[in-house]
Amino acid sequence: MYSIYLWTVLAPLIGAIAAGLFGRVTGRAGAHWVTIIGVAIATVLSFLAYKHVVVDGAPAFNGTVYVWGIVGDLRLEVGFLIDELSATMMLVVTFVSLMIHIYTIGYMAEDPGYQRFFSYISLFTFAMLMLVMSNNFFQLFFGWEAVGVVSYLLIGFWYQRESAIFANLKAFLVNRVGDFGFLLGIAAVLMYFDSLDYATVFERAPAVLGATIEVLPGSEWSVMTLTCILLFIGAMGKSAQFPLHVWLPDSMEGPTPISALIHAATMVTAGIFMVARMSPLFELSDTALSVVMWIGAITCLFMGLLGLVQNDIKRVIAYSTLSQLGYMTVALGVSAYAAGIFHLGTHAFFKALLFLAAGSVIIAMHHEQDMRKMGGLWKYMPITWVTSVIGTLALVGFPGFSGFFSKDAIIEATHLSDLPGSGVVYLMVLGSVLITSLYSFRLMFLVFHGRERMDEHTREHLHETPAVVTVPLMVLAIPSAIIGWIFVEPVLFGDYFGSAIFVDPDHDVLAKMGAMWPGTMQFFLGGFLHSPFFLMVLGLAIAWYLYIKRPDLPDRLVGRTQIVYDILVRKYGFDELYQFLFAGGAKELGGALWRYGDETIIDGLVVNGSARAVGWFAGVARRIQSGFLYDYAFAMIIGLLVLMSLGLFVYA
Amino acid sequence: MTFIQFLFIFFAVILVAAAMRVITVRNPVHAALYLVLAFFSMACIWLLLEEEFLAIVLVLVYVGAVMVLFLFVVMMLDINIARLRAGFIQYVWVGVGVALLIVVQLYLVFTATSSGLADAAPPVAHGAGYSNTEALGLILYTDYVYPFEIAAAVLLVAIVAAIALTMRRRPDTKHQRPSEQVAVRRADRIRIVKMPAEKKQ
Amino acid sequence: MIDITHLLILGAVMFCISMAGIFINRKNVIILLMSIELMLLSVNLNFVAFSYHLGDLAGQVFVFFILTVAAAEAAIGLAILVVVFRTRQTINVAELDTMKG
Repeated sequence: MYSIYLWTVLAPLIGAIAAGLFGRVTGRAGAHWVTIIGVAIATVLSFLAYKHVVVDGAPAFNGTVYVWGIVGDLRLEVGFLIDELSATMMLVVTFVSLMIHIYTIGYMAEDPGYQRFFSYISLFTFAMLMLVMSNNFFQLFFGWEAVGVVSYLLIGFWYQRESAIFANLKAFLVNRVGDFGFLLGIAAVLMYFDSLDYATVFERAPAVLGATIEVLPGSEWSVMTLTCILLFIGAMGKSAQFPLHVWLPDSMEGPTPISALIHAATMVTAGIFMVARMSPLFELSDTALSVVMWIGAITCLFMGLLGLVQNDIKRVIAYSTLSQLGYMTVALGVSAYAAGIFHLGTHAFFKALLFLAAGSVIIAMHHEQDMRKMGGLWKYMPITWVTSVIGTLALVGFPGFSGFFSKDAIIEATHLSDLPGSGVVYLMVLGSVLITSLYSFRLMFLVFHGRERMDEHTREHLHETPAVVTVPLMVLAIPSAIIGWIFVEPVLFGDYFGSAIFVDPDHDVLAKMGAMWPGTMQFFLGGFLHSPFFLMVLGLAIAWYLYIKRPDLPDRLVGRTQIVYDILVRKYGFDELYQFLFAGGAKELGGALWRYGDETIIDGLVVNGSARAVGWFAGVARRIQSGFLYDYAFAMIIGLLVLMSLGLFVYA
Repeated sequence: MTFIQFLFIFFAVILVAAAMRVITVRNPVHAALYLVLAFFSMACIWLLLEEEFLAIVLVLVYVGAVMVLFLFVVMMLDINIARLRAGFIQYVWVGVGVALLIVVQLYLVFTATSSGLADAAPPVAHGAGYSNTEALGLILYTDYVYPFEIAAAVLLVAIVAAIALTMRRRPDTKHQRPSEQVAVRRADRIRIVKMPAEKKQ
Repeated sequence: MIDITHLLILGAVMFCISMAGIFINRKNVIILLMSIELMLLSVNLNFVAFSYHLGDLAGQVFVFFILTVAAAEAAIGLAILVVVFRTRQTINVAELDTMKG
């Protein structure tokens, strides 16, 4: 089994290197064959691993592959921990990545950077796999940073575009802020647990529980809380939680396949995965769990609101992703880790599906992304339309689809939790259901239904996209529809995750839910009578009214609520705040250091100043050289006098 | 105080007075003569210390040779004495002050108890047959032969240096210039002239 | 029997007179050379005094050599003085300042 895991990681890497560095040898088509074969191998092996660990119930594999370095007592290793959690993630990552690879053949067909793109997405697959398969913090951090780097490369793929460069730098720098917190968290782990290995750390966790650290003089903080919050800051950056969310909408500058792969299904879920993996630590700190829950709730509701006012099709889906990530975070906060990971899985499928469908629409519309110029596309692109409908129904949580099971589980878990403030959070996630439904159906109606608003030339050329594009859509629609039925019971209430996730019995909301669980079929039928369903229908109705029945109404509404609309369009002012505070602040600091530090102090004072001082001193000292013999003799005599005085009085 | 001590003080006073006059007198010839007086009194003091050889050598070498040389040079250089004295200003006091300080400090050094001078055995007065010359000669040519030879070399160097520094050549004197002799080339001395052979009649 | 301290003080006084002579003499290089001779004389007195009191002849041998070297040095010094006078037509020390910094 060990070699299976190794090849799972290495196959995409080899594909990436072949396509990236040997592009001239492989040629254009060869590049995509090499990478697709690599990722396909990884997918098959992930299937095997999944079957072995989850289906057949083999014990988790925890082993070291390679010792990278030993510093004193610290071992820096490359190792794998394959248990239920990582096997699930591996499967999701490789499968979605494979779909994206195939899709890209069609999407990037005319792009000059074809081979580079395949190399990057294969490299990303390698990095993400390293992240989820790792058994120690060191490798986790490596994978963490590597996916950040590849995300940077991919967002700025069209590097000649200034907006793309702005966006990739923004993504990287905001991620960096999160990574700083993450690194501090890892340092705290190393300091208090004395090891970077997961198994060792989790074993020692209860022992460290009582330790405190004096962060500011006079205030003692619990080490466990501090560590968990710092680790979560990393998750905030990577999973784009408030307030480090600003990079995700800008990341839509990259090509649509990577929006689907990285910013919907995999990279942004790294944070969620990490918190679930660290459940033994988080469970020991109520404060940290509260923080997680609240941040998730704020992200969920407020980012959803922003999705209502976007006109770019990809931005709507981006804000939707932010909102759904908020859901997952809330689930983690209320200790329903299994529900969070379940939603992660379902979300990967239907969000990737939605992104790819959006990409399909963009291709058909000749790279037009503004929804106000679309409309009535269902006639022209039936496959895209049907798969989009399936994806949207999954997203809004229509009973029966995968999203329904995972989202409603989270909402119920929030309701049952007794973490402080969970009542308010429950209302917030409920409200978010309405908002989700509203913007999702707004998107559907604007793009696929209603009056056709595109120009004549585009309309003549409208047709369904080729098979390389639509087949992945169809393949992804299947799990979006049915995966909920199959997995809800074992994942949430069964022993699906085994020992991979640890839940403290006091916090175990899923156990409480399980006690009340009426069975999958009953739950499905009961779903039609639940409040989320009504909210969803309300959203559908409002969207239909505003965009099909009375399409003139939205503009008039905007006029009436101009202030609110402005706040939403400007994304609550966060971009401007960060630009002013951090980017502007850094620039000012750099400028000040350059002018005062470098030019005045170093150049003027130290370098030139020392030269001037030497010159001045030489000018003074040269007067001793008078040229007169008697002056020199006198100097000698004075020296003699001084020495004799020293000898007589000081060193007597 | 004994007669010797009285003599010592007498000669010491003359010595110091002569030295003072050397440095303050206007005319350099007078200064040289005062210096001669100083040397003579010093020789007398050395005689009191039973070092008659050195005393005589002082007079012969210093007074007889060096001071004569000084006087030669002083009289050879045509010096305008009137210009020499203008402006005997404040730097005098600085110099005198420093000198006084050094005297005081040297006194402190000599009278310090750590110098151990007071514990030394008193000097042995030699008998009438003592010859300072013979004693010096005995050790000079045995223990100190090497410095003796070097001193001779030093004197040679001094002669050569003095001549080399001051020699002026008159333009019409004939003398050899070895460096030019060696640097000569064939072309400077020989010129081959082609001549037809003379036919025998 | 002359006390050694007296001899040494006499030597010190001679030395300081000659030092003052070097410094206050700014018009005449010859007086400067004479002051140097005075200095050597005072040092000789010192050696002789110690030789007399410690009974060691090495001091007198040293005086012998000092006399030799002093003669040589006087000769060369005067030769230099003559050459300087030839080129610069002056023996005023205050005018010999071409080594000025």
